Amino acid sequence: MDASMHAHDSTPDAPQRGFPIGGPILELEGVSLRFGGVKALTNISFNVLEHEIRAIIGPNGAGKSSMLNVINGVYRPQEGTIKLHGKLLADMTPNRAAQIGISRTFQNIALFKGMTVLDNIMAGCSLREHASFLEIALQTPRARQEETENREKVEHIIEFLQIEHIRKTPVKRLPYGLQKRVELGRALAAEPKILLLDEPMAGMNIEEKQDMCRFILDVNDHFGTTVVLIEHDMGVVMDLSDRVVVLDYGKKIGDGPPDEVRSDPEVIKAYLGVAD
Amino acid sequence: MSTLPKFLLLNQQKNPGSPAIREKKLGIWHTLNWGQLADEVRVVAAALLLEGIQRGDRIGLLGENRPRLFSAMAAVQWVGGVVVPLFTDTNAQEIISPIQSAGIAFVFAENQEQVDKLLSLMPQCPSLRRVVYDDELGMRHYGQSQLLSYEALMAKGRTGLVEVGAQLDSELECGSGKDPAALFFTSGTTGPARGVLHTHEALISRVQSAIKSEGLSSSDTSLAYLPPAWLAQHVFAYVIPMVSGSCVCCPESSETMLSDMREMGPTLFLAPPRVLEALLTQISIRINNTGGIKRSIYDACMAVAKRVGAGVLSGKQVSTVDRITFRLSDAIIYSPLRDVLGLSRVRKAYCAGESIGADLLLFYRSLGIDLKQVYGSAEMGLFATLQATDPGLSGSVGRPAPGLELSLSPAGEVLFRAPDPFSGYYQDTDSTRIRTDAEGWFYTGDMGWLDQQGELHLVGRKQDIGSLKNGGLFAPKFLENKLKFSIYINEVIVLGKDCDAVCALVDIDSEAVGNWADKQGLSYTGFTDLVALDDVYRLIGEVITETNAELANDPNLAHAQVHRFVLLPKRLEPDDGEVTRMRKVRREVIAQRFTSLVQALYDDSAVVQFDAPVRYENGSTGQISATVMIGSARVFAAPTLHKAA
Repeated sequence: MDASMHAHDSTPDAPQRGFPIGGPILELEGVSLRFGGVKALTNISFNVLEHEIRAIIGPNGAGKSSMLNVINGVYRPQEGTIKLHGKLLADMTPNRAAQIGISRTFQNIALFKGMTVLDNIMAGCSLREHASFLEIALQTPRARQEETENREKVEHIIEFLQIEHIRKTPVKRLPYGLQKRVELGRALAAEPKILLLDEPMAGMNIEEKQDMCRFILDVNDHFGTTVVLIEHDMGVVMDLSDRVVVLDYGKKIGDGPPDEVRSDPEVIKAYLGVAD
Repeated sequence: MSTLPKFLLLNQQKNPGSPAIREKKLGIWHTLNWGQLADEVRVVAAALLLEGIQRGDRIGLLGENRPRLFSAMAAVQWVGGVVVPLFTDTNAQEIISPIQSAGIAFVFAENQEQVDKLLSLMPQCPSLRRVVYDDELGMRHYGQSQLLSYEALMAKGRTGLVEVGAQLDSELECGSGKDPAALFFTSGTTGPARGVLHTHEALISRVQSAIKSEGLSSSDTSLAYLPPAWLAQHVFAYVIPMVSGSCVCCPESSETMLSDMREMGPTLFLAPPRVLEALLTQISIRINNTGGIKRSIYDACMAVAKRVGAGVLSGKQVSTVDRITFRLSDAIIYSPLRDVLGLSRVRKAYCAGESIGADLLLFYRSLGIDLKQVYGSAEMGLFATLQATDPGLSGSVGRPAPGLELSLSPAGEVLFRAPDPFSGYYQDTDSTRIRTDAEGWFYTGDMGWLDQQGELHLVGRKQDIGSLKNGGLFAPKFLENKLKFSIYINEVIVLGKDCDAVCALVDIDSEAVGNWADKQGLSYTGFTDLVALDDVYRLIGEVITETNAELANDPNLAHAQVHRFVLLPKRLEPDDGEVTRMRKVRREVIAQRFTSLVQALYDDSAVVQFDAPVRYENGSTGQISATVMIGSARVFAAPTLHKAA
């Protein structure tokens, strides 16, 4: 596990990645978000490159979750623009974000607690379904074929995340770490181009964190999914991500590769509270 | 028929359409019939010839039970190679010695994890030149020239099939029963693992006699869920299906084994005692967590089972009232229970690997499951003895299999002699000399006795058995099995050889004890914290006291009551060498690792400081440190012996 956690080290014998990092897929330009008089985000600009793992870090209340909520259309910023593949995204809503290939997981898990793991992940496929409500209710051939295809896709995800043994278990009976994994599975079922992960490692023990790291790296490597993640655990962020954005009080105070960000005095100050 | 690949082709001719291997993949069971299997094996065998494999080459297998593992085995044997199944849950260091001593050049590995292991030990194993991997997940960036995917190997075989077709036929033809078929490494309970070669004939003839005496047929189904490196599992999941033409099922993963078993409903079931213990613990925990009415129905029915169940199964005379109550209990409890356990279609269940406690055997037999103890070892093969149709509760393991001779040394050690005598440990003549004599007898290291019917009864390992200081017999396995029947005890090591009194090191079952603690409203943070609770000590103390009361009733056993005990502050782990990969206790290692605890048991200390290094699964090491209490159990006075007439 140790060695594999540093899959993105630039050592010469590190394996090359499945999908080389490409051009910008997501560009944020001068984004500001206010709730009444409270400035959640102020003039934030950064981009996300295709196939990279991009982390957003910052102390509590720095605006990280707001940032994610702006990207997938939960909040609409008062100022600034967001471009996907160079195309301006106006009137963004969570539903629309999902349709254009942006999936997400939540800080405090948002699964259907009474449903099984299988059904939860199947729910993630629903956006790709073309059969109408009536067709599904009447079990027309098209609806049934679609269901079969989706089930196969979901089974691949179940195998990928190694959760075969809980396939038919209601989610509420699972420990926290596994619920997080199921949520990742549901996000993957939508076959996203960009995966937004809100604190995927929060509340996990070391072993669960290692597993989750492995899965995030694998998702990125096998499917070429671009990953944007918020994380508190600095060690995890440094090992996992290609580039890091640092926020503090709604402002961007750092941006770059992990090593560069780690040694930035501004970042150290925000994190460790160095006395002036 | 002399070799296993010849049996494969016979099955292909006779029943090409009947199922050979079933595998659950992506949630669906897929079937490979004998025709398809034989075709695949032929292709792989062709590829092996093209890879330069020659007769007698040893080929390693590092994977779980998957159809491709079985095809690879048959293909290796087709071209005259010897299969060497290795344990998959080992760290890399542990497989160096088998690879070196067997001179393995070619390995079939299951996935990235196993490939990583092999790549890491290549510098120490220069003989290793080819690794074929099955699962391609994560393998995309591996550029090493030694690596080849199973798919690529198959493609190579398919293109070369015409080229080497004639050679394939002649290789199959010239295979003889005297050829070595498989090399197994002993479980290493009493020392480093040693290799034992088995010929086709030895494996086949033993299975043929078992098929005959046990009535196994091509309509049987079994589940392959134990490590393939274990001889008993190899015989069960590979040799028996090949020879009888029956079907073997591969579960999706080890975690899904129970539900997969329920789906497939195997008719043959093989389990080491620890699996049977774990199943019983699971049942007990779930029953304990249900409501009062359900629990009392369960308890009442189990009491009936205990009283008459084994008798009914053995066809003994049982009163009409008992028979009716038993039928009724069967309908409401035993039958649903067998169904939940996936055992409802089981015709024959076997327990192998270690001797099973009488209580545990009785539990399963009284549920109507025909569970028998079979005796064997890596040296003797499985089914060294076979039981008559009714094993009863005598605790015997039966009579020697046809062709095998059984004898006892003057000291009571069990000796075996086979027509083709034990060929010796692989490249280890010293160990061979210790275990065999000039007349070809193999010294099993097990102590036993023969009853009037000539059936063998086992007492335990020779080096474990001894006497207390006061002269009373000390046979730890018997005591341990009695104690382990409690769901709260996972493993226990009883000490007392040449000592004043019997004491015990107890490894608690964290799940059952944890569940109990939850119900008592006890709080704890983890395993080490749980075992240090006074209440847990009291709980285990009560279990031991109950056993002591039972022992005290038997004048021959009263001296063996357990006086003092400790709860081990860490689980027994194969990575720490305390148990083998088959989870069998290594007494010497344990005595040495827990010296401070053993000392404290025999001086009068109440607490003792325990420190020990531990090894994690990924190979890193750490340190465990705990203050351990010494518990004591109530000891009962022995009943006065009846005066001999």
